[in-house]
Amino acid sequence: MPETARKNKGNTMKKHYGQYGGQYVAETLVAPLKELEAAYVEAKADPAFQREFGEILREYVGRESPLTYARRLSEHLGGAKILLKREDLNHTGAHKINNTVGQALLARRMGKKRLIAETGAGMHGVATATVAALFGMPCDVYMGAIDVERQSPNVERMKMLGARIHAVSEGSATLKDAMNEALRDWVSNCDDTFYVIGTAAGPAPYPEMVKDFQSVIGAEARRQCLEKFSRLPDEAIACVGGGSNAIGLFAGFMGDKEVKLVGVEAGGKGLESGEHAASINGGRPGVLHGAKTMLLETADGNILDTYSVSAGLDYPGVGPEHCFLHDTGRAEYTVITDDEAIAAFDMLCRFEGIIPALESSHAVAEAIKRAPSLGKDGIILVNLSGRGDKDMQSVTLYKERNSI
Amino acid sequence: MKRCRITEAFRKAKAESRGAFTAYLTMGCPTPEAGEKAVGDVIAAGADIVEIGVPFSDPFADGGVIRSASYEAIRHGMTLEKSLAAAKRLRERHPDTGFVLFSYYNPIFSFGTGRFADAAADAGIDAVLVVDLPLEERGELLQALSPKGIGYIPLIAPNTPLERVKEIGEGLENSFLYVMTVKGTTGERTSLPEDLAARLEEIRSVSHLPVAAGFGISTKAQAEEISRHADGYIVGSALVKKLMRGEKPCLS
Repeated sequence: MPETARKNKGNTMKKHYGQYGGQYVAETLVAPLKELEAAYVEAKADPAFQREFGEILREYVGRESPLTYARRLSEHLGGAKILLKREDLNHTGAHKINNTVGQALLARRMGKKRLIAETGAGMHGVATATVAALFGMPCDVYMGAIDVERQSPNVERMKMLGARIHAVSEGSATLKDAMNEALRDWVSNCDDTFYVIGTAAGPAPYPEMVKDFQSVIGAEARRQCLEKFSRLPDEAIACVGGGSNAIGLFAGFMGDKEVKLVGVEAGGKGLESGEHAASINGGRPGVLHGAKTMLLETADGNILDTYSVSAGLDYPGVGPEHCFLHDTGRAEYTVITDDEAIAAFDMLCRFEGIIPALESSHAVAEAIKRAPSLGKDGIILVNLSGRGDKDMQSVTLYKERNSI
Repeated sequence: MKRCRITEAFRKAKAESRGAFTAYLTMGCPTPEAGEKAVGDVIAAGADIVEIGVPFSDPFADGGVIRSASYEAIRHGMTLEKSLAAAKRLRERHPDTGFVLFSYYNPIFSFGTGRFADAAADAGIDAVLVVDLPLEERGELLQALSPKGIGYIPLIAPNTPLERVKEIGEGLENSFLYVMTVKGTTGERTSLPEDLAARLEEIRSVSHLPVAAGFGISTKAQAEEISRHADGYIVGSALVKKLMRGEKPCLS
């Protein structure tokens, strides 16, 4: 039996993706992870759970989200039609809420009294604070001190929603350090606390569970595309930090071999500069935060400080399934620099009247690159994972500093 | 024949009717030289086993003291490779002390498990403890360590079921069960849980390996109390804190 099959055998959920994934955690977290897995497997099969999840997505989050044809942008580029899956129109402004609704429902079902979360750009923090308010649970959010600074509107939103914010100033003071601190909280309080991980990374069963909760993106987009254009897209593009919006989009097309799946990593100042957050393109296999994954690390196995203009992509690892999809060739992973992302941000604002999140701007930039070479009959589907209200300050600052 | 210093250390302590004392030190803290010298100090102060701690950039299982020590050590350029080199020098001076290399998994995985096992054997390391490598994931490393006769020290948490404790101990030699006294990160605690004695006895009853308790132990009184119910105790943060203050690393 191949190694992966052997490791996954007897377990109810997928834990390994080729050589990636797993449960590289302290022994204290093994029992809580088993408890989580058992609870989720049961919930997933329970129609009542799925019904409530669907109902909240519909009536609270505002799903389904539209599929918007970016007509002026597409015509300007003179190639393929660019379609935008509008996760930015969800309540709280990003795809993150799909996952936090699912995990909060599960937390309540498991009798957990308190939610904790890590956050980078603050979107997952806001989405967790939101469901905590919705379900009447206390919520603690860990956020790197640098991110607290550059995403201050989201910090205020979380506070208004009743969450306690803990600025983490250790290490690089960004997302990875926030996750370290959230893990420390969880290991100390796992009896009554549910850790809402915001991306398709971390120890099993998180990557698989988060994919399930986000797969509504791909399922809707596939149906909407078929309804409107009577065919599937040629390419489906999403940005990848940890990779939850991308895996949610890809999930809808995994079996459609003719649909090219493209993940876009944060190239920061360029791969060669060393200042980026492109784990798949610039890293090597390693182990961090509970999973084997592609990692940006030093020769000595310490984790590197990453850089991206977008706080939500500023993470040295990536979800294990993305590493596997890269190795098998099912998905392609490219890199978009800060400059390219900012240019795409501007274009979407001016051509479509949509202010995208800086994270999502990376995916838009990749589509802008590709559209001209695909014929007019081509269709490129872009996951517009979030809106850019939170990024006003970052974009203004970036333009000032770079005289754009 | 390769010596089993971990087993020997527990046997010796038992013969002397006391618990075996394991001391954790972060290599490179407060400086590479002072850190290395501190190993000699804790051995002189009675340590039977020394945990040679490898600093890591993201010590997510550690409390404040060992985190600070880790960051400090990295600033001083300490690495896994240099920790092994230090262990090799220390081995020459201390031929009988048990040496446990204590690390997160990524530095070892990044170094290469095979290459690591060779280097650890060459440095005279007796056993390896990896914080984030539970039973389900340890196969890859054990496969490299076993042929070299290097033991593996597993962690047991307060929420580890007894059946699993048995499974965890299975097949391990020249080792002990490292029982964490509390759920949480490393660091001193003013009091230890009330049910700890019962928990230690329960674990002992199902284990062929010696049982030692760690996390939160900082005083001689605590160490003596633990020794009534376990084969040994581990002290880390309390020693590291003293070192960082420029004091001798010993129990008060």
